[in-house]
Amino acid sequence: MSWQDWWAFAQFHLSVSLLAVGGAVTLAPGLHRFLVLDHRLLTDGQFSQALVLAQSAPGPNVLYVALLGWQVGLGAAGANAIGWVSVGLGLVGMSIALTAVLLPSSCLTLMTARWCNRHQGWLGIQAFKQGMAPIVMGVLLSSAWLLAKGDGQVAHSGGLWLASGVCAFLVWRTRLHLLWMLAAGAVAGGLGLI
Amino acid sequence: MSAPNQAHADPSMVMGPASVHRPAGLCELFWAFTVLSLQGFGGVMAVVHRELVEKRRWMAESEFLEDWAVAQVMPGPNVCNLALVFGDRHLGWPGALSALAGLLAAPLLLLLLLASLLHQWGDWLPLNGVLRGMGAVAAGLIAGSALKLMQGLKHHVLGPALLGLFVAAAFLTTVVIGLPLHVTVLGVGGMACALTWWLLRRQGAA
Repeated sequence: MSWQDWWAFAQFHLSVSLLAVGGAVTLAPGLHRFLVLDHRLLTDGQFSQALVLAQSAPGPNVLYVALLGWQVGLGAAGANAIGWVSVGLGLVGMSIALTAVLLPSSCLTLMTARWCNRHQGWLGIQAFKQGMAPIVMGVLLSSAWLLAKGDGQVAHSGGLWLASGVCAFLVWRTRLHLLWMLAAGAVAGGLGLI
Repeated sequence: MSAPNQAHADPSMVMGPASVHRPAGLCELFWAFTVLSLQGFGGVMAVVHRELVEKRRWMAESEFLEDWAVAQVMPGPNVCNLALVFGDRHLGWPGALSALAGLLAAPLLLLLLLASLLHQWGDWLPLNGVLRGMGAVAAGLIAGSALKLMQGLKHHVLGPALLGLFVAAAFLTTVVIGLPLHVTVLGVGGMACALTWWLLRRQGAA
């Protein structure tokens, strides 16, 4: 990849940053068009693998953008490159993608939050803050539902629903550490119990 | 997690106790966000509530809801926005950066590791089971956090019936109708805010 290619890559990420309303996953179709269809930097398989992997690993979903950048860097190094050249270019791609996709939206969010803070007492801001509360809950419930339902590829057993239900209760009523629940889920899933 | 009695007197405090502690420095902030990010399978937001509101008590229930709303409405990844707003409030822009860095650094390393492992091990079957099991736990975790948040809304100006209606509307529009999240947030959320505004104004006038 030439400097112009890297610049176009950065520019694209900068330009979609403010379009990511409602989460980073909303950017996926646009990124797919740019990286796979228009510029052929990645294959379809690489693209969907990065998405799935970032969804199932811990951390914010936006990390799939970083992973795509990493793969673009590896691709730019080529299959025959020496190890550290690949890793170096991978890191370059990753940093450019993540920084560029976060920078504009982060600045806008910080400015807005500071503005809201200065005008705490305004009735409109009070109403916004309190009025959004039930929406937060509804949306949390729906993401729980979508996650429990799965992607439709695997037939969902009663065991999985039961596990979700028990965990919801434990979180609601106890202070049990989340990692214990995640570990139990991982073991039960790995052994094929649920 | 019961709301204090003076909640009625001060309308800005309707949703539970204020935060008691605050992050001591940039390192503590970075570390806190690293810890919560690594627990966030299938959504970090619920873990933010668990770690920052319940465990560390850096945020009041009401602050969490406010910050969530701002983070959700603004463009950009929601959890990243929340980390920025939280870090900025306590330690200015260095705080915003270290919260964001904590959120991203460790999971990013883990992700690169996973990607290279997956490159080699590909289709080891138990791995799918492991991911499925953790997904089920994560779903329960998110639902549990939502249930917990509801307990904090006893003194909300909308009252239980309207609150229930808006929760249900937000759930149904995203799950059943399948509207994009920001449409729900702006549409249903907009109506909820307008009604809250009207009620708050009437309360103020009375």
